[in-house]
Amino acid sequence: MKHWIIWTPLALFIGFLALAASGLIVPRDTTIESQMIGQPVPEFALAPALPGKPGLTNADLATGQPRLLNVFASWCVPCIAEAPQLMQLRRAGVQIDAIAIRDRPADIAQFLARHGDPYRSVGADNDSRVQLSLGSSGVPETFVVDGDGVIRHQHIGDIRPEDVPAILAALEDAQ
Amino acid sequence: MNAPKTAHPEPVEGLPFSLARQKGSAGLRQAQSKRRFFVSLCLCVSLLFPSTSLSAQSRLPEAEWANRQLPDPQQEAEAKTLMESLRCLVCQGQSIADSDADMAADMRAMVRRRIAAGEEPEDIRNWLVERYGRWVTYEPPFDAITWPLWLIPLLLLAIGGWLARSRFKRKSKEG
Repeated sequence: MKHWIIWTPLALFIGFLALAASGLIVPRDTTIESQMIGQPVPEFALAPALPGKPGLTNADLATGQPRLLNVFASWCVPCIAEAPQLMQLRRAGVQIDAIAIRDRPADIAQFLARHGDPYRSVGADNDSRVQLSLGSSGVPETFVVDGDGVIRHQHIGDIRPEDVPAILAALEDAQ
Repeated sequence: MNAPKTAHPEPVEGLPFSLARQKGSAGLRQAQSKRRFFVSLCLCVSLLFPSTSLSAQSRLPEAEWANRQLPDPQQEAEAKTLMESLRCLVCQGQSIADSDADMAADMRAMVRRRIAAGEEPEDIRNWLVERYGRWVTYEPPFDAITWPLWLIPLLLLAIGGWLARSRFKRKSKEG
């Protein structure tokens, strides 16, 4: 019998322990990034989500200037948390278009009246079809789209005050 | 990232069943009555504030094919097989066939709509993989990254067979 073979079960067991321990110690990152970064915004045409604002098509996003595409909903709580940051970006001159996921016109109107309206347009995505085609897996999410309508950056979750510089930098990079 | 940043349209179901610890029969009975008290308390609270507990859900009715079978049984079977092997993006341990989340319902509707339009299940899977990455499918393909998943079990089986064979040989020599 070779000497080393006696130690292999112990070595395997220690290896297994290390694997299990690392799974327990390092928190699992469950964010799913869109694979559409670097690709043009897929073709879509959404009806206006509320009266008094235009709807949104993919052509509206390729205007020669980088802009933000915000995926939100009036029923989404973190969307309230990011509203002040979107207003701040709007005041800084950033163009923001929005897609409202599974939402009702009156609810959106109330949401915008209460938390501010930074949007040029809001398209109604009532069956999440456009959200799925963008590779977005929740609300809120924000995409940076360059002047040619190509997705350059994705921000998952609400935009917090500390995230604003990164968003502005991504817009700058998309110039 | 400790706090979840993204809100998901997932139903809130977490009544505190785990509060009841099992500690022998007397303790168990006590724990059960405590649990009953907590459940009724939660029910009272949720009756008092029906909108707050469900605020992270869309109020829109479900998409047309979310929970309705396709009229053609063969197509429905194809759709079902595909839905069981696609991962829900919101409730990440479940397939979209199992999940109650709004987004999973919209994904089921998308799968059925496309199957009814004559699209191949594998094309729909690839469409989703292009957007969300390989993560979205429960059936990993065989390629440069995933080959160990498929080959390591075969390798282990071969090693086991080899070990067993050498043991049997020795025995038959001794006997």
